[in-house]
Amino acid sequence: MILLSAVVVLGVLSSLRFQSAGWPGFLTPALHRNLALLTLVFLGLHIITAVVDPFTHLGWLAAVVPFSSYYRTLWLGLGTIAFELLVAIVVTSLLRNVIGQAAWRLIHWLAYASWPVAVIHGFGTGTDALSAWFVALSIVCVVSVTIAIVYRLLHPPADPLASARGEFRSGVSRRPNQ
Amino acid sequence: MKTETHMTIDRIKCDGHGLCAELLPELIRLDDWGYPIIAHGPISKRLAPLAQRAVATCPVLALALRRESRPR
Amino acid sequence: MSGLRLLAGPDLGAGPEGYADHVRRLGQPTLAGRALIEALVRSGLTGRGGASFPAGLKWRALASASKGPAVIVVNGAESEPQSHKDRLLMITRPHLVLDGAFLAARTLRAASVVVYVGEEHRAAYAAMERALHERHEAERRITRMMAAPHRYVAGESSAAVHLIDAGVATPTTSPPYPRERGVAAAPTLMQNVETLAHIALIARYGDAWFRSAGRRGAAGTLLVTIAGRVAKPGVLEIEAGTTIAEAVAMCGGLSEPASAVLLGGYFGNWLPAAKAWDLPLDPEALRAGGVGLGCGVIGVQPASRCGVCDTARIMRYLAEESSAQCGPCFFGLRALSDACSRVAERGTNRDDMARLKRWAVEVEGRGACKHPDGAVMFMRSALSTFADEFASHPAHWRQQPA
Repeated sequence: MILLSAVVVLGVLSSLRFQSAGWPGFLTPALHRNLALLTLVFLGLHIITAVVDPFTHLGWLAAVVPFSSYYRTLWLGLGTIAFELLVAIVVTSLLRNVIGQAAWRLIHWLAYASWPVAVIHGFGTGTDALSAWFVALSIVCVVSVTIAIVYRLLHPPADPLASARGEFRSGVSRRPNQ
Repeated sequence: MKTETHMTIDRIKCDGHGLCAELLPELIRLDDWGYPIIAHGPISKRLAPLAQRAVATCPVLALALRRESRPR
Repeated sequence: MSGLRLLAGPDLGAGPEGYADHVRRLGQPTLAGRALIEALVRSGLTGRGGASFPAGLKWRALASASKGPAVIVVNGAESEPQSHKDRLLMITRPHLVLDGAFLAARTLRAASVVVYVGEEHRAAYAAMERALHERHEAERRITRMMAAPHRYVAGESSAAVHLIDAGVATPTTSPPYPRERGVAAAPTLMQNVETLAHIALIARYGDAWFRSAGRRGAAGTLLVTIAGRVAKPGVLEIEAGTTIAEAVAMCGGLSEPASAVLLGGYFGNWLPAAKAWDLPLDPEALRAGGVGLGCGVIGVQPASRCGVCDTARIMRYLAEESSAQCGPCFFGLRALSDACSRVAERGTNRDDMARLKRWAVEVEGRGACKHPDGAVMFMRSALSTFADEFASHPAHWRQQPA
C-alpha cells in the first residue's frame, strides 16, 4: 500500500511536470516507473505468501479469478482485481512503443481505480486492519494520494498550445455537404 | 558500410516537457519556450545509450532513433 | 515569343471556356502513359505551386510506386493572399486544368480525383464545378470537389490530405509524404492547377513545343501575379526567363519609384530593386541564385512605403496563420512578429534586433511543416534587404493600406 501510494503520487507529479532546483524533471517519471516495478515484485511476494498460507486455504485460482475464494470472498476479490489492473497498466507501459500513446493513456487511467480498490482490499482482508500503526499508515497514504489527485484536478496539466490549437482546428474543418 | 544513428523528433507530438534535454545535454538544448533544439549529425557510440534513454523517457513518445547505412 | 499559351483563346473577361469550345479549339491530348511522363521530364516543366519541383520526376516516382490505385489532388487552394493566377486559370480555362487532372489519373492509375479549391474563391469554385459537370461520365464519376478552408496552411500538401481524410486542414508530420502515403493511405499526387494546365498542352503538342518558348535558356511559359505599384497590376503569362524589369514593363511600368521587390509571396524573398530588375523569372536560375519563384507573386514595393513596417505586418499575419501544433512555430513566429512590431512601432533597439537575428536561425526546421521555415526565410531576407532601415528605424508605425 505504501509503495502503491508513492507510485500514484509520483504519477500525478509526473503529469504535473514537477521539478525543482534540486530535483530534475526526468527523476519524477523515472522514480515512478522504478517504484511501480518494485511494487509489482512485492505484490508478487504478497500473493505467493497469501496463497501458500495454510490458514487461508486459498488456491492459486483465487489469485487470478476475482471472488472465487471462500475466504473473505469480497475483500480478496477486490485484491485480485487491483492486481490485474496493475498488471495491465505495467504491461501496457512496457509496450507503449507498440500500442501507441492513445491506447496507453486509456489503460493508465485505470490506475485511479486500482489504487482505491487495493486500499479497500487491505482493510477488508488484513488481520492487522484495525491496529494503530496500520491505521496511521493508511491515513498518511490516503491523505497523500487524495491531496495529489485533488491538486491535479484543480490544476490540470498545462498544454501551452491546447487552446490555440483547438481554435485553429475549429476554423479549418471540412465544410458541410462535402 | 557504416551504420549511423540519428535522432528524429515528431514536432507535433512534442509538448516541451524538456526531459530529453536533461538527459542528453550534449546534443539537446531547449529554446526560449522549452522546446528542444537537437544537434544535427550522427550520434556517437559513446552517447548512444544516453540517447536511447532520452528516447524512452519522452512522456509523449516524440523521439525516435533512426539507423541509416551509408557506404564508407 | 510564340504568343500566349495557357491564356490563349477567348477573351479572359468572357468567363469560363466551355467544354465544347475547348475541344474544338485544342482537340484532345495525344500523349499518354509512359510517353507522356517522358515528355514531361524532357520538357523541364517544374511545379507552379511554390516548390518548383520537376513535374516529370514527380510523375515518374509515383508511377513506379505500384502499390495500387493512386489519388490525384488538384491544388487550387491559392491561399497566398497576393496571388491571383490560379484563380484566373480556374475561372477562364477550367478544362485545361481538368484535362491535366484526368491525364494524371489515367497515367498514374488513379481511382479518385479531388478538386481542391479555396472556399474564398467562389467564382473559381463555381467554374470548376460547372466544368466538371460538362465532362464525360467516366471522369465525373471518380471526381469530387472539396473546399479548402480560408487559412494560409490549407494549401500545404499534408494539410490538404488531412482535410480530405480526417476533415481538418492541419499539416501532419512527414515522412510519410503524400506521394508515398496520402489520401486514404494511397500514393497521392498533389499538383498545382497551373502545372496541370501546362501538362494538358504538353500532352497535345509535346516537350519540344513547350521548350520552344522561353528566354535566356529557360523553358516554357509561366503565370505570374504582379502586385504593388505598377500601372496595371494583375496576372501575366510570360516566357520563362523574362526578367522582372521586362515583366513590370508589360504591366505598364512602375507607377512610382520602387525600393524593393518581394519575390515569391509571403514565403519569398525581399530583394533590393536594383538587384531584382535583371533577375530572370526562371525557377532553376533563381534557385541557383539562392532565391525562388515560389507561387509567382512579384510584389513591387514603392520607396514611399516603409519596408520595416510592411515586414512587421506580414510577419504578424504569418504568425497568426500558424496551425499551433508545434511549439517552435507558434511561439517562435509570435516572438519574431512581436519583436518586429516593436521595432516598427517604437524604433530600433539593440535587444530586439539581437532577438530577431537569433530566433530567425533557431526557429528554422523545427516545425512539422515548412510554415516556420518560409516565415523565417522571409524575415531573414527583410533583415538583409532593409538592413539600413532596421538599423535606424524611427518610432513610427506607418498606417498604410495593405
